[in-house]
Amino acid sequence: MSSAPQLDIDHVARLARLALTPEEKAKFAQQLGDVLHHIEQLAKVDVSHVEPTAHASPVYNVWVDDVAQPGLPVELALKNAPAQRQNMIVVPKVVE
Amino acid sequence: MSSELFHRPITELAAALESKKLSAVELTQAVVARTKAVDGRVKAFNSFDEAAALAQAAASDARRAAGQARGALDGIPIGLKDVIAVAGQPLTASSKMLAHFVSPYDATVTQKLKQAGAVLWGRLNLDEFAMGSSTENSANGPTSNPWDLTRVPGGSSGGSAAALAAGEAMATLGSDTGGSIRQPAALCGVVGLKPTYGLVSRYGLIAFASSLDQIGPFARTVEDAAIVLGAIAGHDERDSTSFQTDIPDYRAELGSRRGPWRLGVPKEYFGEGLDPEIGAAVEQTIAFYRGQGCEIKEVSLPHTRYCLDTYYVIATAEASSNLARYDGIRYGHRSKNATDAVDLYFQSRAEGFGPEVKRRIILGTYVLSSGYYDAYYLRAQKVRTLIRQDFLNAFREVDALITPTSPMPAFKIGEKADPLALYLCDIYTIGVNLAGLPGISVPCGFTRSGLPIGAQIIGQPFQEAQMLAIARTYEQAHDWHNRQPQLR
Repeated sequence: MSSAPQLDIDHVARLARLALTPEEKAKFAQQLGDVLHHIEQLAKVDVSHVEPTAHASPVYNVWVDDVAQPGLPVELALKNAPAQRQNMIVVPKVVE
Repeated sequence: MSSELFHRPITELAAALESKKLSAVELTQAVVARTKAVDGRVKAFNSFDEAAALAQAAASDARRAAGQARGALDGIPIGLKDVIAVAGQPLTASSKMLAHFVSPYDATVTQKLKQAGAVLWGRLNLDEFAMGSSTENSANGPTSNPWDLTRVPGGSSGGSAAALAAGEAMATLGSDTGGSIRQPAALCGVVGLKPTYGLVSRYGLIAFASSLDQIGPFARTVEDAAIVLGAIAGHDERDSTSFQTDIPDYRAELGSRRGPWRLGVPKEYFGEGLDPEIGAAVEQTIAFYRGQGCEIKEVSLPHTRYCLDTYYVIATAEASSNLARYDGIRYGHRSKNATDAVDLYFQSRAEGFGPEVKRRIILGTYVLSSGYYDAYYLRAQKVRTLIRQDFLNAFREVDALITPTSPMPAFKIGEKADPLALYLCDIYTIGVNLAGLPGISVPCGFTRSGLPIGAQIIGQPFQEAQMLAIARTYEQAHDWHNRQPQLR
């Protein structure tokens, strides 16, 4: 972890598939710079012999029999689609 | 019992329903009328469906007339935070992204409440996608604190806390990722319980940070919270992190567990930043338990100072991943201003999400991105292990911990403009989520200016019955929970 975190807001917003206005970029870069500066103190903790915790539940592997179960009917699954036609979701053209 | 039905605990109302002094339709009508009368000021509800609620109430009365009443919740109006799915009802997360979304199915907790006969009443406001500590980050505007309408109710489940405090529901459900049930409960003067991670199914809960989120109840009394928890807890194969464990009768256990207990006071929770009036009220709470014969022991949770940072790395990382699903394709807001299919993602997300959600997606994406994953995300997960070990070490010596719930009472709407200042609201609640523990906030006094104060009791994993009994011992000897806000 570097001492002066650099958040390349254009790069990160692209990774997040999020369009930001120039005002948002400037504001978020400053605010998140402050937050990252705060987070820097995690570097002080000695974690050299510590295992990571993904979640605190004492559950490790969950097995379920591979049996077909009824799912959502098509009408319900598509009920919230922004655009649909013939039981399919309509999207902008992706190939020429 | 016609006057102020809407401020009574479930235990009293259930007895009145049982003895037929009251019908579920009468009770629901009273709650509907109360909501219509006060919610213009409190603004706890995103929406409600009066006809659906009255139909459920009529069905409850019919069951009871046929001798088939289902228990203490049958006919009781319960409100749900607007991140918990109810089939056929709106589910907005207080976000423009889901402004027109209608749930195609029930969450598991919704199904369980229906099975218990509860009347589902309303969709309650929150910080957008549960990201915040004040309910100001809502696309529908802020909810007000019933104790002072110019102040926040806390958050993110601010609508759930405020609706209950204002008599607009008899109990409510919220979700708690970093304190989002306990902190608003403290700020609104009600009981709020965050269960052990894995006790309550998350199926049908809009995901924020999946390793931290838990659904839990808000209630007027500890006994009411025990009743609602009993109804919603239990293993669910549709949530692979839900835990197979026997669910005790939490209400019955309240009567059989009497202490005295060994209670730990973590010294790190009483330092800089704690409002002195809150500190004094919690000290008096501790003194009460000492007077009851409990052994009070100072303990140390040495990694407390790293909780906030660990949380903001893990929670934003998980959020950035969970919220990737909102892409304008299958459901949710779709931009009309996109130039092509890929731009559709960028524009739909830009238009659909509010500023705090965008900030957290950016931070979460950054800490997971190539070159930073080990330094931030993996390191935070390791510090999380140390934080959890701190709590488990303390529980070798004590049965439960007592702390303040929030470092400050309800603050003015608009007062905290800086995200970092708002993040500090959660310093006493976040560790519990990181460690997966149960926690409950109970009213323990008021500030001189009349704002509620909450004390937090933190229990051992899956020891909700004991935690509830400890909380109830205090409640039975005090009357903070009987006070009602004036909605001014």
